[in-house]
Amino acid sequence: MDPMTPRKRLATVWLAGCSGCHMSFLDLDEWLIELADLAEIVYSPIASDTKTFPEGVDICLVEGGVANTDNLALIQRVRANSRVLVSFGDCAITANIPGMRNMLHGADPVLRRAYLELADGSGQRPHAPGIVPELLDRVLPVHEVVPVDLYLPGCPPSAHRIRTALEPLLRGDWPELSGPELIRFG
Amino acid sequence: MSVCTLRIDERDVAIEAGSTLLQAAREAGIAIPTLCVLEGLSPVAACRLCLVEVSGSEKLLPACITPVQEGMQVHTATPRLQEIRRTVIELLFTEGNHVCAICVANGHCELQDLAVEVGMDHSRLPYRFPDRHVDLSHPLFGLDHNRCVLCTRCVRVCDEVEGAHVWDVGWRGEHCRIIAGLDEPWGAVDACTHCGKCVEVCPTGALFHKGDTSEEKHSDPGRLQALVHARHHRQWTP
Repeated sequence: MDPMTPRKRLATVWLAGCSGCHMSFLDLDEWLIELADLAEIVYSPIASDTKTFPEGVDICLVEGGVANTDNLALIQRVRANSRVLVSFGDCAITANIPGMRNMLHGADPVLRRAYLELADGSGQRPHAPGIVPELLDRVLPVHEVVPVDLYLPGCPPSAHRIRTALEPLLRGDWPELSGPELIRFG
Repeated sequence: MSVCTLRIDERDVAIEAGSTLLQAAREAGIAIPTLCVLEGLSPVAACRLCLVEVSGSEKLLPACITPVQEGMQVHTATPRLQEIRRTVIELLFTEGNHVCAICVANGHCELQDLAVEVGMDHSRLPYRFPDRHVDLSHPLFGLDHNRCVLCTRCVRVCDEVEGAHVWDVGWRGEHCRIIAGLDEPWGAVDACTHCGKCVEVCPTGALFHKGDTSEEKHSDPGRLQALVHARHHRQWTP
């Protein structure tokens, strides 16, 4: 690596998703070793112990839709502190499977269905203000909450797709993503 | 046979009079995205994906039903048309509940492929998440209204090829949906011959074989086209 090029500050964030996009990130296998030379991982559920999203992030991959008050606070901080925000996977882009609860119209029917109607006799609604974040009425795609710079579809996006998007970004270029290999949903 | 000559995307095309602009474009090797049209069924111009610009007309015209005319100047892929096509696909995705990841047709879906073709990496329109139902009353097949794009291929194949006319389009606007019989459960409609042609021509995962799980539906409209061709030409063996 050119010693004059500073390492990019890379973050990954996990909102309302299954973590499959992050597992796919780990499928980058040996390229992760190269990535460690090109980027400093400053925040990530799979590669960092930092608990607070830092300032001055160059690239942030966001997995998952915005489903609760924690997601909402975090995505706003992510946007404020990141130069390039990438919607990472179908849940971030379309709300996808977490978004299927939107068809029940509101957080209350969802919680009633999950914790009372389907419970085995001793159901109770979770209520712990300040500890368990409240659900929003709808799960929202990230770009319906904050501006997004790049979209990386897929459920999950393959390691090949992730690398194709990341390599130019790490060089300071912009990736051109098109075609079934790179932008197909699902 | 009289022949029309016209220009499509600056290319000269000669084709039999009475042909459509879509046929002329395909003959010339010019690809226009389509969804509702299917060779072997009558065209209805429902999806508006094949809209083209014709010199002298302010209106955009659907290539699938517009007959060729002598001296026509046609443009099929201007920036304006590309923008419209992407918007049409975004409207289809946001209007229903198309969750590709868990769809029977994932990987073999015409809507999913069209999203790639028009470069849709996200929707600029908000998702509606309508409350829709799944009809599993038929012994062999299911109908998932969440994934229906109202192309009416099923309506047409059942009426025009099978001759059973099980399907129709009911209601209007956001309530518009495919109905079986007189809006009965599919399994209760005696006219259905269980032939499965509607499932075969459905471009998405809306109509499916029971027992198919995600990515397992592989439709083949080619079988339908072979049947229509054989009937038309009375030629049943290759």
